[in-house]
Amino acid sequence: MMFVPGNNPGMMADAHIYGPDSIMLDLEDSVTMAEKDSARLLVYNALKSIDYGGCEMVVRINPLSTPYGRKDVEAVVKAGVDVIRMPKTETADEVRELEAEILKVENEIGCPGRTLIMAAIESALGVVNAYAIATASKRMMGIALGAEDYSANLKTQRTRGGAELLLARESIVVAARAAGIACFDTVFSNLDDMESFRKETELIKSLGFDGKSIINPRQIEVVNEVFTPSEKDILKARTIIAAIREAKAKGSGVIAVNGKMVDRPVVLRAERTIALAVAAGILPKEEQI
Amino acid sequence: MRNSKISTLEEAILRSGLKDGMTVSFHHHFRGGDKVVCMVMDKLAEMGFKNLHLAASSLSDVHAPLIEHIKNGVITRISTSGLRGRLAEEISRGLMDEPVIFRSHGGRGSAIASGELHIDVAFLGASSSDELGNACGYSRSENAKSICGSLGYALPDARYADHVVVITDDLVEYPNMPKSISACDVESVVVVDSVGDSSKISAGAIRDSKNPRDILIAKQAAKVVINSGLFEDGFSIQTGTGGASLAVVKYLRESMLEKGIKASFALGGITAHMVKLHEEGLIGRLVDVQSFDKVAAESIKNDPFHQEVSSIEYASGMHKGSAVHALDIVILSALEVDTDFNVNVLVGSDGVIRGAIGGHQDTAADSRLSIIVCPLLRGRIPCVVPRVTTLITPGSSVDVVVTEYGIAVNPARPEIKERLEAAGLKIVDIQALAAKAESMTGTPDPLPFRDKVVGIMMNRDGRKLDEIHAIG
Repeated sequence: MMFVPGNNPGMMADAHIYGPDSIMLDLEDSVTMAEKDSARLLVYNALKSIDYGGCEMVVRINPLSTPYGRKDVEAVVKAGVDVIRMPKTETADEVRELEAEILKVENEIGCPGRTLIMAAIESALGVVNAYAIATASKRMMGIALGAEDYSANLKTQRTRGGAELLLARESIVVAARAAGIACFDTVFSNLDDMESFRKETELIKSLGFDGKSIINPRQIEVVNEVFTPSEKDILKARTIIAAIREAKAKGSGVIAVNGKMVDRPVVLRAERTIALAVAAGILPKEEQI
Repeated sequence: MRNSKISTLEEAILRSGLKDGMTVSFHHHFRGGDKVVCMVMDKLAEMGFKNLHLAASSLSDVHAPLIEHIKNGVITRISTSGLRGRLAEEISRGLMDEPVIFRSHGGRGSAIASGELHIDVAFLGASSSDELGNACGYSRSENAKSICGSLGYALPDARYADHVVVITDDLVEYPNMPKSISACDVESVVVVDSVGDSSKISAGAIRDSKNPRDILIAKQAAKVVINSGLFEDGFSIQTGTGGASLAVVKYLRESMLEKGIKASFALGGITAHMVKLHEEGLIGRLVDVQSFDKVAAESIKNDPFHQEVSSIEYASGMHKGSAVHALDIVILSALEVDTDFNVNVLVGSDGVIRGAIGGHQDTAADSRLSIIVCPLLRGRIPCVVPRVTTLITPGSSVDVVVTEYGIAVNPARPEIKERLEAAGLKIVDIQALAAKAESMTGTPDPLPFRDKVVGIMMNRDGRKLDEIHAIG
């Protein structure tokens, strides 16, 4: 998910050409108070007129507690945004309040239920309430960590190793999995330190995240490299799936591949590997399970 | 020394026999730091010369003071390969009665050799010279001041001009050898305080572009090269100095290392990037008509496999031995490309002259594969357009256009399209690219050109290719 400032038309115009999975146009922290209205207008027109080539479009709105939040919701829902990202989410009630606001606008334009919600968790309270937030609405498609505000709230600061974020990251992954929705990790701001960015991406992948937020197209390649399964992984996954299909056809319950027992978690992991390979475009869509 | 040619600039001018209406020539190896053109033209104006033809290999921002000499009738004609800055703006708005003649570097070399562009007196700045006029674009002395590397564009002038004046700020002991300009071609040597501002001659070490659009275009262009069928051991290449062109070299390097492929030579304007690949053993020889930075200028001084060539040896279409005839792949930039693959690198979308042809026409015509790297839009200006503002390089010489929105292949090269598609690259129609650009920017208003012709664009074979009209 690539963050693009909502007040920068040049960056908004061609954000999709770099191949991110989703684009998040930002109306919140990257836009100054003086530019809130003009940025909203720009984002509305970008969503209405730019052909983003099927890329998932997300807009980060201002909190509903500010004078801008409701206007943001109205503009982006009317423009047909896929997902609204709610910043600094702390409680399930806040999600429900946003949901009601979205529905009001959707009813006005005659398409109720179209817009999904992603909640950014950026405080200790948000982490504690992660599962409640994740299950607050049927529209919830994912939760994401916002690490800058979170570490400030913890009264600490971000470190290269990210020890201060470990509990939040694990809590968010666990909450998302329990709720059956997606989870996304925070941004990494030092564009000149690609090595640390790669290490962090490897870490969050191993924790179970579905993806990483990025702030520059140059980071896309690293995320894709980390998340795209290796040829060896794909081969192994294919072997497992073929074996399980064969076993099912024969009516056999327990199977083994290369002498190791294949149980349900192994099959699920293999299916996820194939799904990631299809998403990365290295396997044809027909292989999707 | 018995036969010293040392003189003041005024003595050298008097000795040259220069008369009103004659042609004086200059090179542009000192680029943005050049002091020679303005110094000499000021002196010629002071001495009362009028109606001169200024034949420079290129002119840039630093030559804005020439506007006064044009207004005062000292200069009435200009021939060049490029024009930038305030001088270019004034000329675009109709400053001169006679149109400027634009030629490519190879075209200029051919025109000088054939006599079409006859030079009466050449004033050639040099980083070092001995008393007899053996001159170089670098210096082996400790007093080196203004280093530019290759003197490739000055060599046809030195050879064919009726009278040659070398101007240097570093007079060294005879023999200044190896030399670029031979003393046998030189009549006078003038020593001045400075021929160029070193800080503006070279950009120092060129950094890798971090612009994501440049990187995207460069990666795609590298894929085109790698899958073109020409990327094999012994291939040869030339790239421009724009961000995307330079980045192509970086991605090709990775592939060359991976596949064990080495290039036989790199041609043209040589940069630190090319020197690095050469020193790593990935490029056998550097064939250098212009050194673009300090690293390249140092390398040409010290490395016997980094060789200087004249603009004739580089890119003349008339001389079948010129290096472009041995060139496999060239990667070039563009201000505009049109749906017939014609390229404009000279006139901006506002109708103002703001560029240089360089070797664009020559390398595109004679290389086996020419690739144009160009964004679809620059700001709000479309770069892939229905018709170029000015025709510089005919579409018949252009094979592939790489933009951030897709790769287009000239329909005249179906075999390239087939190879690229077989490698999984998505090829788009150039009309679709132009339509995409227009859908994003809207249709631009036509430019307010006047009837007056301010420039004539020559083809490298001496034919007229296009006219540039006054704007505004």
